[in-house]
Amino acid sequence: MFGFSRPQATAFAVMLAAIIVAPFVLYPVFLMKVLCFALFACAFNLLIGYVGLLSFGHAAYFGMGGYAAGYAAKAWGWSPELAILFGTLAGGLLGTVFGWIAIRRQGIYFAMITLALGQMAYFFCLQAPFTGGEDGIQQIPRGNLFGVFSMQSDMAMYALVAVIFLFGFLLVHRIVHSPFGQILKAIRENEPRATSLGYRTDSYKLVAFIISCALAGLAGGTKSLVFGIATLTDVHNAMSGEVVLMTLLGGLGTIFGPVMGALISTSMENYLAQAGAWVTVIQGVIFVTCVIAFRKGVLGVLAEKLKITL
Amino acid sequence: MFMILGYPAPLMFGQLLLGLINGAFYALLSLGLAVIFGMLNIVNFAHGAFFMLGAFVAWGLLEFLGVNYWFALLLAPVIVGIFGILLEKTLISRLYKLDHLYGLLLTFGMALIIEGLARNQFGSSGMPYRIPAILQGATNVGFMFLPNYRAWVVVASAIMCLVTWLIIEKTSIGATLRAATENAPLVQAFGINVPRMITLTYAGGVALAAFAGVLAAPIYSVNPNMGANFIITVFAVVVIGGMGSILGSIVTGFGLGIVEGLTKVFYPQGSATVIFVVMVIVLLVRPAGLFGKAA
Amino acid sequence: MTLSRRTLLGTAAAGATLPLVRSARAQAANTIKIGVLNDQSGPYRDTGGTSSVAAVQMAVDEFASKGFKVEVISADHQNKPDLGAQIARQWYDRDGVDVVMDVPTSSVGLAVAGVAKEKNKLHINIGAATVELTNKACAPSLIHYTYDTYMLAKSTGGATVKAGGDTWFFITADYAFGKQLQADTTTMVLASGGKVNGSVAYPFPGTTDYSSFLLQAQASGAKILGLANAGGDTVNSVKQAKEFGITMKIATMLMFITDVHALGLDVAGGLSLTESFYWDMNDKTRAFTKRFLPRSPTNYPNMIHAGNYSSALHFLKAVTDMGVPAAKASGTAIADRMKAMPVSDECYQGSIRKDGRGMFPAYLFEVKKPAESKGKWDYYKLVQTTPAEEAYKPLSASECYFIKS
Repeated sequence: MFGFSRPQATAFAVMLAAIIVAPFVLYPVFLMKVLCFALFACAFNLLIGYVGLLSFGHAAYFGMGGYAAGYAAKAWGWSPELAILFGTLAGGLLGTVFGWIAIRRQGIYFAMITLALGQMAYFFCLQAPFTGGEDGIQQIPRGNLFGVFSMQSDMAMYALVAVIFLFGFLLVHRIVHSPFGQILKAIRENEPRATSLGYRTDSYKLVAFIISCALAGLAGGTKSLVFGIATLTDVHNAMSGEVVLMTLLGGLGTIFGPVMGALISTSMENYLAQAGAWVTVIQGVIFVTCVIAFRKGVLGVLAEKLKITL
Repeated sequence: MFMILGYPAPLMFGQLLLGLINGAFYALLSLGLAVIFGMLNIVNFAHGAFFMLGAFVAWGLLEFLGVNYWFALLLAPVIVGIFGILLEKTLISRLYKLDHLYGLLLTFGMALIIEGLARNQFGSSGMPYRIPAILQGATNVGFMFLPNYRAWVVVASAIMCLVTWLIIEKTSIGATLRAATENAPLVQAFGINVPRMITLTYAGGVALAAFAGVLAAPIYSVNPNMGANFIITVFAVVVIGGMGSILGSIVTGFGLGIVEGLTKVFYPQGSATVIFVVMVIVLLVRPAGLFGKAA
Repeated sequence: MTLSRRTLLGTAAAGATLPLVRSARAQAANTIKIGVLNDQSGPYRDTGGTSSVAAVQMAVDEFASKGFKVEVISADHQNKPDLGAQIARQWYDRDGVDVVMDVPTSSVGLAVAGVAKEKNKLHINIGAATVELTNKACAPSLIHYTYDTYMLAKSTGGATVKAGGDTWFFITADYAFGKQLQADTTTMVLASGGKVNGSVAYPFPGTTDYSSFLLQAQASGAKILGLANAGGDTVNSVKQAKEFGITMKIATMLMFITDVHALGLDVAGGLSLTESFYWDMNDKTRAFTKRFLPRSPTNYPNMIHAGNYSSALHFLKAVTDMGVPAAKASGTAIADRMKAMPVSDECYQGSIRKDGRGMFPAYLFEVKKPAESKGKWDYYKLVQTTPAEEAYKPLSASECYFIKS
């Protein structure tokens, strides 16, 4: 199913079991945060892992999705599924515009341009009246799913988040293993050759970019409903850095890597909030360690050890 | 008082001049980035951190050793440059065979570490650094009070940019450097130690950032975030100028400073965004940047 | 390589199990748990930060005859409202924290206030400025202790207008706190017959060069330059105003002694500012400072540090008064008890109003010139004292839902 290999199917079963059991053992709010970031990282990984595009401003789409969903839920009183859908659209729309500009350049230039565009989105969110400036949109109601089921309890919300995450995760996996995904990988490996084979690589890259941004918006929108708050944190370039960190740590271009990376990184932030001022230093050390000695990430190394693909 | 576009002329001239001063920092920083990128093919995300280190070294020299501004202006770039050599030797040099993106990620991590440590050590309210006695005070240039120190910043950075440009374009060292950028194995075959040259180039670019940091120290408080605030804007400057171009980074740096200065008159809230808007426009019209060669 | 891999995996495992571990050690029946939540790594680290944690710990250590145990934990909210709200939520929900204290940065303060209200848990805000904490965002279980934007506007703003500064130009940090401070000061200036010539809002955070805004201020012809910003931004703007020979009088609307220290007296000398505490005010504050300094070697106490000490002490007195089980049961109950008792310690003497507003005199200080300063951190001259009843927004104008009705 979904083109999983045997090890991947096993890993998926483990993950599924963990998702079902975890809320009875751990704090559901924390788990929902992990799932939102995991989805965000999966979306990001679609670009860096399978198209070779390093988007250094991915927070823009994540954060914009959060604002859009939060605003729809709070100001217009939309039900959660519509609000989240609206957030997804917002991420995708912004991704369309920014992607159209950014794919004109490759490699490092692409990274720097997405970074600069992300910074622009940040300033837009700072100024725009609907975002609430530095306060963000606070006290966003979780509302009733389909106008019926109250999402107020953490367990109900968790169920929704888990479903959304699984949907996004499987979608990314499906895309990667579709003919479209094969072309993306061809572009990553050798763009001129893909062009000479008659593929309009820019269009493929743009579509991949838009899908990734929409999924980032989905993750951001979900997160803003979980926590009842949408803030500048989620559009800031530090968030862009964080998602790179998660994906790198977990393993670029592995399907489960971003999930693992998000789990580690979120747990760490949770833990370091108590430790105080060392957050950035430790994040930096992880970056350096990963790049120098550990480029395949946790799951990449594991997969190599076990001689499987994850 | 005559008016320009509905604004008092002195205000306009004042803002233009201020823009030029900011542009001086953009030019110095993007110049260093351009030199490093040209030679190492690495986007040095840690550039802002080195800028900040330059300011902190100057502050430390004064605070603990009593070394004054003028010596700091010479010493800080050397010290930070040596630090740069260490980092290049131990970390960056391992990445030359890999995708460029890893260089970006590595230097990003380095920036996080350096800035985080500085924040742990020094807090973030900033340390005062006094303007050297000889440059205190301001000169009335007719339309505004121009602080002498700011005038010096423009002059010093213009000279520094010019010297760097001359070295790269007009000396034999520069010629070797440019040749190595184009074809390193060939230059190596001529008996030139290319790895050492790469290391020194990195040190040079980093030293430029530190030099800018010392220049900035008396204007802004010496604080751990000063580089992070600058670096993304400087990236945009570099993209606009065209990544490979030395001259492009200098001209664009000064030019965008002026654009930003004018925006502060007409639409202050937009002053942080205007450079990115320019970047988008330039990219749409000339994807390789104003001075860049088409890829 | 092996090492790094092992370390990372170890970290992962440790991190993943952490929330579980913490939940297991949740509330012991006879222990009161205080959570200090503030900025320990960002721009407001020196105005509060670990020194605030030390101040709370000091209050706990010095509080005699408790009959119950007190535990202090702290966290860094990194000035992120979402992170702050999340930590507060977890503290209240799972870690058995009875009161969240400090919480500077208005946006984070508002977010935490929302959580405290939702869960009927006590929150004592000391570090944040916005007056909304006792107005639109008020809650029965919320206390705003040390200062707010209204009080700053009234004290610094009012005194400046009285001294003849009747035309203003604002340089404002373009976010909730700066806007609120500008709005409150503007109201004050207009009410006293003054006039605002203009204002400019600059992007926050990240602005380091204020020269162009300063030139606009100068061009406006106003007498007073109002700085509606804080921390490093204020430090930079003041420095640059001096550099550009700005002849206007500067009103630093929010400044702490720690900022004065960063500026140096040669630049800051002559500025006016408002705090509700000064370490060198009297024998009591000096005695407090003497005990505090070993715990906070780099910072002398400002009003936030003193406010943390004082409010923690007051909280513990109230808990003793009503007993631990009752205090744990309801945030509103403990807040009501704190409101019913007079505040009296070395740092603060006064009361807490029914909307949660701490009622203490506001002191207008002038920063000493270098020649006037006789020693380390001898920075302030007292100019004027505004009694609490006048310093804070009157209840008659309250926008708090349980006061209005």
